[in-house]
Amino acid sequence: MLNFNPQLIIPELFMVAILAVLFAQSISNQHRDKIAWVPFAALIGFLLTAFSTTGPEFMFYQSYQIDGLSQFFKSIIFLGLAVCTGNALRVGTLVQANRADYFFFMCMSAFGLLLLSSTVELFTIYLSLELASFSLYILLPLRNRDPRAVEGAIKYVLFGALATAIGLYGVSYILAGHHTTYVAELLAMDWSYAQQPMALIGLAMFLLAFLYKLALFPFHFWAPEVYQGASNETAAFAATLPKLGAIVIMVRLMAFSPGMEVKIILAVFAAVSMTLGNLTALVQRDVKRLIGYSSVAHSGFVIMGLIAGGVHGLAAASYYALVYMVMNLTIFWVITRISDRGKNVYISDLRGLYSNSPILAFVLAVSAFALVGLPPTAGFIGKLFLFSSAWDAGFHWLVIIGVVNTALAIFYYLNLVRHAYTLDEVVKNKISLGPAGASVAIILALGVLYLGILPQNIFALLMQASSGILS
Amino acid sequence: MLNTGFPVLSALIFFPLIAAVVLFFLRGDNTVKVFTLLVSLIECVLVLPIIFGFESTAQFQFVERQAWIESWNIFYYLGIDGISVLLILLTVLLLPICILCSWRYIEKRVKEFNFCLLLMTTACLGIFSALDFVLFYVFWEAMLIPMYLIIAVWGGPNRRYASLKFFLYTLAGSTLFLAAIVALFIKTGTFSIPELMQHQYTFQFQAWIFLALALAFAIKVPMYPFHTWLPAAHVEAPTAGSVLLASILLKMGTYGFLRFCLPITPAASDYFAPLMILLAILSIIVGSLLAFGQSDMKKLIAYSSVAHMGFVTLGIFVFAFRGIEGAIMHMVNHGVITGALFLLVGLIYERSHSRELSENMGVSKYLPAYTGFLLLFAFAAFGFPGTNGFFSKLLILLGIFQVNFWLGVLFIIGLILGLAYLLRLLLTVGWGSPSKVQGWQDMNLREWIYLVPLGLLVIYLGVGPGKALDFMRPSIDNLVQNFEQEKNLVIDEHKPSPAIVLKKAPNLEPKTIEFIDMKASD
Repeated sequence: MLNFNPQLIIPELFMVAILAVLFAQSISNQHRDKIAWVPFAALIGFLLTAFSTTGPEFMFYQSYQIDGLSQFFKSIIFLGLAVCTGNALRVGTLVQANRADYFFFMCMSAFGLLLLSSTVELFTIYLSLELASFSLYILLPLRNRDPRAVEGAIKYVLFGALATAIGLYGVSYILAGHHTTYVAELLAMDWSYAQQPMALIGLAMFLLAFLYKLALFPFHFWAPEVYQGASNETAAFAATLPKLGAIVIMVRLMAFSPGMEVKIILAVFAAVSMTLGNLTALVQRDVKRLIGYSSVAHSGFVIMGLIAGGVHGLAAASYYALVYMVMNLTIFWVITRISDRGKNVYISDLRGLYSNSPILAFVLAVSAFALVGLPPTAGFIGKLFLFSSAWDAGFHWLVIIGVVNTALAIFYYLNLVRHAYTLDEVVKNKISLGPAGASVAIILALGVLYLGILPQNIFALLMQASSGILS
Repeated sequence: MLNTGFPVLSALIFFPLIAAVVLFFLRGDNTVKVFTLLVSLIECVLVLPIIFGFESTAQFQFVERQAWIESWNIFYYLGIDGISVLLILLTVLLLPICILCSWRYIEKRVKEFNFCLLLMTTACLGIFSALDFVLFYVFWEAMLIPMYLIIAVWGGPNRRYASLKFFLYTLAGSTLFLAAIVALFIKTGTFSIPELMQHQYTFQFQAWIFLALALAFAIKVPMYPFHTWLPAAHVEAPTAGSVLLASILLKMGTYGFLRFCLPITPAASDYFAPLMILLAILSIIVGSLLAFGQSDMKKLIAYSSVAHMGFVTLGIFVFAFRGIEGAIMHMVNHGVITGALFLLVGLIYERSHSRELSENMGVSKYLPAYTGFLLLFAFAAFGFPGTNGFFSKLLILLGIFQVNFWLGVLFIIGLILGLAYLLRLLLTVGWGSPSKVQGWQDMNLREWIYLVPLGLLVIYLGVGPGKALDFMRPSIDNLVQNFEQEKNLVIDEHKPSPAIVLKKAPNLEPKTIEFIDMKASD
């Protein structure tokens, strides 16, 4: 049954409208560079989603579901998009003429992610994933005359093509094993290796496509290159929103409570991912590369909640997705402000940031401490939820590795703060921080603190959402 | 008095935080200093209800309990008992002293410095009054950030190394602590510390929990061999930072032993006591010997802190009433005495710009008041009768002799070593020659103001410690009795299967806990 009810998909329709306007702008000659409205439009999108119905309702022949989880992820995607586009307004490495195109593809990718949050049928999931990815493939190399951007983009495309191909192959196994591709029906199926080895292997392969998006070991190789190669503003986008799409699908898939075999493989991946990511990050000098490796480590943390499963585990993973997005947007906001004409920022460029711009230094410190997982920031409470749910599911060793990793990670994050606060600058470079930039930075930092101090409301919402998809 | 309407503890904890935010909108270094001083004095007024309202019972008092994160059964849960009350008072008292002693010493970024001091106060008070494990951990880790900044921004020449070492050490130590908290929660379904004390666990579980907790606390204390961060941090930190470190931070470790290790994991504490005692003895001996060899005054006192905290740990792990009583008293006394000694070093540093013993010799002739205070606090530090140091060490010694004669002998050797390094400090600084002191000013009014309260405390707690002991006695009684009952009582099998707890969690109703029940069993 088509069951087309436009009221339910107002956020998506709104995004289509944004895309239409951007498309019209990109082919007109006069209006190409008038794109300052996009962040505000995204904020309106956020409000539309936040106050939309949470169903659960099905559409488009049961392949599209509006529920608490989808609306939560859609609203944070809009929120992230608002920050990313706001950030990209001043992208320094892009000619004026390309502005509208750049925003078009960014929004298109976000549109794919919106669809991804709601799709509940494997092929539809696959198509939404491709929509989100292809736009990103175009977005990444949009940096003037920089071969590294192209290198990163090509890596991303090749890896992505391989991973999604494996994912599609996995769908065929699931289809062969369970004769359906609808998540709602798959939820009731048996996912043990003993009964349905083919379906379980298929699921594992399908998950690979999303592990790749999440930059989990062993599919993490693209992350540092892409972060380093892409312009700062693009990296801010690529580092945050696509992961939300991957996490929402994995939350839906892990609700199947698949056999222990898959969970253990994922747990091992998570452990290696955390350790490898943090150890490699220790020696990085390029801040974006450093964040790239740190994001590899963070994907490991998210996996903890996913394999723990259950209402608490899935909600913890979703909560950490939000936390992860806000933390990274915050630190990228600082990086893009510091960056000199869009160049990459090295750790030594942070020297004396405190005397140059106390606000940015403070925001950097908040985001760095959040990434470590120090209270009272969001990073701590997010990790506490993940650890508790993983311990409850019996993954004691994984939790121990997780907490030890916090100790590994502290050095390089603290190093950022240390450069900003205690070292004096060699050459003064001017940081242009307008009132708008400053206020967004402070709002982001307050967001990080808010999520850490008062998580109850959002977490209760997520518990409802995840119990919705489990039943 | 147990539940007055006014949230005394919350007010104490959050008033400095609010003041710190206000601080950001003030201009001018002097305004900032005066404002912070006022805040600290108001804080001292806010603590009065605790001094006058605290009752000598074993129950938690001034309890505040609010749901914080219901989905995980986490509460905003505060309360104090005889173990924490004195540390709260000490923390509050030290705030104005820290502000006064940095009045001239801190010249750059004054506002930020005072901001950090206020944050530190919030975190420390939170640590000593939190009764929910998550809340405790939040304060425990949050305290690292202002302390790190105090050392890293306003410290001496080698501050970057020292602050980093401090941060890495303490953070690495407390990561496993977090895992232990999570494990306890999954086992019992609660983060509430009083509830966790009533549960019983298998020995194996207790042992792991104890080791994870003890590592965090041993680093904080610091116990040999985890003590190497302390001298570095002390030497580089500004005076106020050293005072905070010595007087409050180190106490968190021993406070943790008393609050968590003994009540929650009694059997494991008993089992690992020989190890802890060995480390404590090593801390005393090694700390004292190292202190004896130092030529830097701050380093000397830093190492003496290692030794003194060894006395405290020793007092705790003999599990005798007197020992624990003495340990808590000595935590407070050491806070007063060592804090004062660091103030004295900072004071003379402002005159000679050196902390070397050889640069600060023979001050007695020119700085009589200074020498008087130095005498007082150094005598208190090695436990001269009539001072507070004597009294608390005597209590610990009583406790130890009750348990083991030879431990007592070792303790006395430690005392003698303490006498040695302190006399060396005293003789060199007071009467050494050649003296370069000519022309230095003796203590000014500001310095008098911040040293006199500590001096009075040294004498008051040395001559009339009765009130303080009254505060503590019921809690210690309760602690020791419960420990004696439970140290051999461990459940054998693995009763609550994991994975059940969380599924129930959303329905968990916040239960009101009757602390009277806990006492009734005695």
